[in-house]
Amino acid sequence: MLVRFFLGLREAGVPASVTELLSLLGALEARVAALSAQEFYWLGRMALVKDERHFDRYDRVFAEHFAGAERAFAALLADVPPDWLKSLAERLFTEEERRKVESLGGWDKLLETLRERLAEQKERHEGGNKWIGTNGTSPFGSGGFNPEGVRIGPQGARQRRAVKVWEAREYRNLDDRRELGTRNLKMALRRLRRFAREGAADQLDLDGTIEATARNAGWLDLKLIPERRNAVKVLLLLDIGGSMDDHVRVCEELFSAARSEFKHLKSWYFHNFLYEHLWQDNRRRHAARTTTLELLRTFNPDYRVVIVGDATMSPHEIVQPGGSVEHWNDESGAAWMQRLTAHFPRLVWLNPEPEERWEWTPSVGMVRTLVGGRMFPLTIEGLDRAMRALRRSGPASV
Amino acid sequence: MTGRFVGTQSYIATPDLEMAVNAAVTLGRPLLIKGEPGTGKTQLALEVAASLGRPIFEWHVKSTSKAQQGLYEYDAVSRLRDSQLGEARVADIRNYIVRGKLWEAFDSPEPPVLLIDEIDKADIEFPNDLLRELDRMEFYVYETRELVKARHRPVIIITSNNEKELPDAFLRRCFFHYIRFPDAETMQRIVEVHHPGLKRELLAEALGAFYRVRETPGLKKKPSTSELLDWIKLLLAEDLPPEALRGDDPKKSIPPLYGALLKNEQDVHLFEQLVFLNRRAR
Repeated sequence: MLVRFFLGLREAGVPASVTELLSLLGALEARVAALSAQEFYWLGRMALVKDERHFDRYDRVFAEHFAGAERAFAALLADVPPDWLKSLAERLFTEEERRKVESLGGWDKLLETLRERLAEQKERHEGGNKWIGTNGTSPFGSGGFNPEGVRIGPQGARQRRAVKVWEAREYRNLDDRRELGTRNLKMALRRLRRFAREGAADQLDLDGTIEATARNAGWLDLKLIPERRNAVKVLLLLDIGGSMDDHVRVCEELFSAARSEFKHLKSWYFHNFLYEHLWQDNRRRHAARTTTLELLRTFNPDYRVVIVGDATMSPHEIVQPGGSVEHWNDESGAAWMQRLTAHFPRLVWLNPEPEERWEWTPSVGMVRTLVGGRMFPLTIEGLDRAMRALRRSGPASV
Repeated sequence: MTGRFVGTQSYIATPDLEMAVNAAVTLGRPLLIKGEPGTGKTQLALEVAASLGRPIFEWHVKSTSKAQQGLYEYDAVSRLRDSQLGEARVADIRNYIVRGKLWEAFDSPEPPVLLIDEIDKADIEFPNDLLRELDRMEFYVYETRELVKARHRPVIIITSNNEKELPDAFLRRCFFHYIRFPDAETMQRIVEVHHPGLKRELLAEALGAFYRVRETPGLKKKPSTSELLDWIKLLLAEDLPPEALRGDDPKKSIPPLYGALLKNEQDVHLFEQLVFLNRRAR
């Protein structure tokens, strides 16, 4: 039973492994969880799911798989006599809930229905899943009978909600199927690391010490050097707004990965294509601009430039003076791009659009030529290629 | 020897959290705790130690931390210097092995609790370097050729703020629990524990105002439990009446002393703007 559940999880995209399944079984064997579906749900989740973004998938598989199985737990609690039901109900329902039940047909009706269900369950012990379905009525309170669900368990006790947790799917908005995790991105960006020693001298320089000690006729002379740090400098230029809205997430991820990987990272934004100015803060984009010339003057050519954009626009936005969709540009975008590529020999363009779609848009091809073929898709593999291209200078051979 | 962990006098644990801790204790697996900042992740380890009556070892990870530092460090430089000065202790290399937190926990005569705090702050490879140590609860000291084994399998509680993603191999060896932001009912119990005897109306109003602030769309840093507790402390110190929190329309008034709830000037700005807009809409 658990193996099928486990395979169901894997199919739904929860990366659970056999070790984790074994540890779940170990926990069950050690009687960590009591015999209730709720506790089994928690136990399974902590053992098999290691990322809160996958909680929703777990919930779905759990609901699907154990829709009928909850009765197995219920059966373990022995046959439920009607008296027990009644006393339970009387003990637990609040005044208000009682009134609500009254309005729905009264106590007897409720108990009758419950009893019916119970009988039905006995008859259909093997195959039925109707007894507790998604909107089932169960002695544990219900989603179907009473719209709010009846509260069970004494106030403030363990199990407060009649709506089962895995059916509420509370983790829905944490789920996302993103292809690139920041971890993967960071691993790819690592390729660009270039170590240099700078800062305070706080590490023992072994070679230096040996040499100095030898010169000192064996009398120890400690030499210290600064730690090796990643000294690569990166200029990140991001296309923002318009057609880039579809790619916000992946750009955010790239940005956050880059920010933690590179100490020297400067970023600017542009819209659609590069013209005579850029900005750093989107809220103040018209007030606080940086001219592209200033950028060229400020940063020396050993900065690596990474441009992120989908390069999807009408061709005259690139080649025509005044082609910009937002303002009048005296010189064409292509001219500015050429200045940029001439100043920064190490430059790549990352395109979040899938590579096979590039051919459909003429502007992509134009931009690609402008950057000397160094356009790469924004995937792990593409990023890898881009980082390799950034390590050597000059246009790539396409 | 094993008691079960339940929420304590000063810490409200939800039943699923209790079960996660108990499963980790029973099976001797590390427990990885994630959740919004300020939901009591670090506090949990202290409470587990207190509740089970075990000693606690805290290893606070920083961006410069190396996994080796948790095991031991060999202070070669001071040994070299001592040898020049002709000290007697130079002969024994053991004098220069500095124990880390993990070793201390392994060596504890009673079963300990080990907290590895904010593991995501360290380098991306940090968790991978601890795999064997956490799995087998042993490591090898190369300098003295000795194998350090845990006397008792410690209860290991690891917290993460999700700044970096943790490697799969590491995750596989842990149990995982995500502390959700408490719902209003749990929150009431939490506040009750920290400020017993708080006037009922004040608590209700404060919680109401707190969740309203939290639900403001677009906040960079939503206020969390610890901020709520601070805020209530301030409210009590100022001795504000419950009415002050209410206002005629919740959307149009700014709760007093909201600086304790919003820690980011952009958030404060956004919040004020929203309230202002709501006022004008009238």
